[in-house]
Amino acid sequence: METLVVFFQQLINGLSLGSIYALIALGYTMVYGIVMLINFAHGDVLMVGAYTGFYVLHAMGPSPHALALSFVASMIVCAVAGVAIERFAYRPLRSAPRLNSLITAIAVSLILQNGMRVLPFVGPNPRQFPTMPTVNISFGAFGISNIQIIVILVSIVLMLILNYIINWTKTGKAMRAVSFDMRAASLMGISVNRVVAFTFALGSVLAAAGGILFATAYPQIDPTMGAMPGLKAFVAAVLGGIGSVPGAMLGGYILGVAETMTKGFISSQFADAISFSILIVILLVKPTGLMGTKVRVKV
Amino acid sequence: MKTTVRMRNFILLAAVAVAVVFLPGLLIKIGVIDAYTAQIFTLAGINAIMAISVNIICGVTGQLSLGQAGFMAIGAYVCIWFSQAMHFPLPLAMVTGALFAAVAGFFIGFPTLKLSGDYLAIVTLGFGEILRVIFVNLKVFTGGANGKRFTTILAASADIAWIVIIGTLAAVVIFLQNFLRSTYGRAIFSVREDEIAANSNGISVFKYKMTGFVVAAFVAGLAGALYAPFIGFVKPDLSSFNRSVDYLIYVVLGGMGSVTGSVIAAFVLTYLQEFLRFLKEYRLLIYPVILILVMLFRPQGLLGMKEFSFVRAWQRVTARRGAKDVGK
Repeated sequence: METLVVFFQQLINGLSLGSIYALIALGYTMVYGIVMLINFAHGDVLMVGAYTGFYVLHAMGPSPHALALSFVASMIVCAVAGVAIERFAYRPLRSAPRLNSLITAIAVSLILQNGMRVLPFVGPNPRQFPTMPTVNISFGAFGISNIQIIVILVSIVLMLILNYIINWTKTGKAMRAVSFDMRAASLMGISVNRVVAFTFALGSVLAAAGGILFATAYPQIDPTMGAMPGLKAFVAAVLGGIGSVPGAMLGGYILGVAETMTKGFISSQFADAISFSILIVILLVKPTGLMGTKVRVKV
Repeated sequence: MKTTVRMRNFILLAAVAVAVVFLPGLLIKIGVIDAYTAQIFTLAGINAIMAISVNIICGVTGQLSLGQAGFMAIGAYVCIWFSQAMHFPLPLAMVTGALFAAVAGFFIGFPTLKLSGDYLAIVTLGFGEILRVIFVNLKVFTGGANGKRFTTILAASADIAWIVIIGTLAAVVIFLQNFLRSTYGRAIFSVREDEIAANSNGISVFKYKMTGFVVAAFVAGLAGALYAPFIGFVKPDLSSFNRSVDYLIYVVLGGMGSVTGSVIAAFVLTYLQEFLRFLKEYRLLIYPVILILVMLFRPQGLLGMKEFSFVRAWQRVTARRGAKDVGK
């Protein structure tokens, strides 16, 4: 009985953590699907989003209105940052070997982290993220907090919106076309540059939301906070099959639940190791991930 | 005629190597080079060995590894454990550390080298992070998250440290140059250039990738086994992703595939990091900015695929002098 209670409690925690991972993983998977680039700076865009949210909430005090406003503000800031990163760092290297883009992505990530560290009003020290008072709603033996409800609901709404954009709008159709074949899409009159920029903006908006939700759930922020959730979300994206949008969502939830279960039943120390082990096992058994498609190499 | 030229080249290189290893060692001993400068350049030597290790995977074998610092950490911890707890003599402990890293390289390479490109990068990244967690939790051997302190002869005397570490660097460079010019080296190059073409010419792609991976792991383990006794302190963060990226930066700037390029880049950048200390936090921004500029304007790095050759430099100098003599 004890085990069962821990199980359900960790399941709820895992769903909450997993929905944050899923939001971040969507950014990785969309960018990879279109320009075949592991955007290492994605986790740091999340950090920028969390800091923007911090300043808005700091100025207005933690209330539901301020939280909503902080989402809007940080989404705008991150969208601009994402488009700027794509324009100045990645676009000049789009036709270069993949390794060069990857190294540039690592460099952009370092610039964002160290840049935030030297900015006089940010600084390297961790800060307390202002959150609303936690209210626990208990169902018998286990409970769910208001913050977890917010996290889960906001992520689901954002994912539904994303699903609508990708599957039912013209831009979404263009995105899918570019992802399928970039050159053919450009021959059909689709502006590839605009679609790629839009993808980065969309991914960064989700990262911004993920950043604020992550900071609300674990209320401490510092310039390197994006690295770990970024890597985990990337693992989630690979787990679900990189390039696949539903895969990233599924991967995020699986990873979140796996991690909290490890914390609940084995040891919180090993949670990081477990998620990377899952990644390695998945890649060895099914290198394309759970929902990825196999690419054939032609000579 | 040919044998005398070979003999002359051999003597030239041997003289350069001996001079590089022993002359600064002597200067450190008599106090012309102070301990601080000596420490920076000795550390640069270790960074150069790590850069060579990353280069063997990224430049020579053509695979991207983001977990090379993990092998370094294995080398460091195993060396320290064998020399402190088992009372092995230090040189033997170092070789043991490097061998353990090579064995780890074999067992990790065996399943992962079937993957390619980005996936391999991510798996090696995950491997480094998993190792870090393991080191944090194996408190009996590693001293946990806060690390472990100890004293060795390398930490105590700067001149011996220089001779041992730069001597190892010279040995690694010589070994590697010969390795790359052997049939093994040529086969590895062909795998890098075109896997499918190499495979259809009867070269076992997996075998040669594995050879490159294990050699690189061995060199990284050696660097770790030198680093720990030299610094006198080890911490699980040694195997973190950020450190692997640092070494990758040396290789990218020096030129992927160029062993001498990565050695030069490691020395220049390690010195630059100390030299730029007056910039305080801003110096953290300089590395990544340089990296992006290099990727945009000189993607092949400083030396590209070329090697700096003492023999060629010598020939150029003597040829110029010869031309002058003729002019007279």
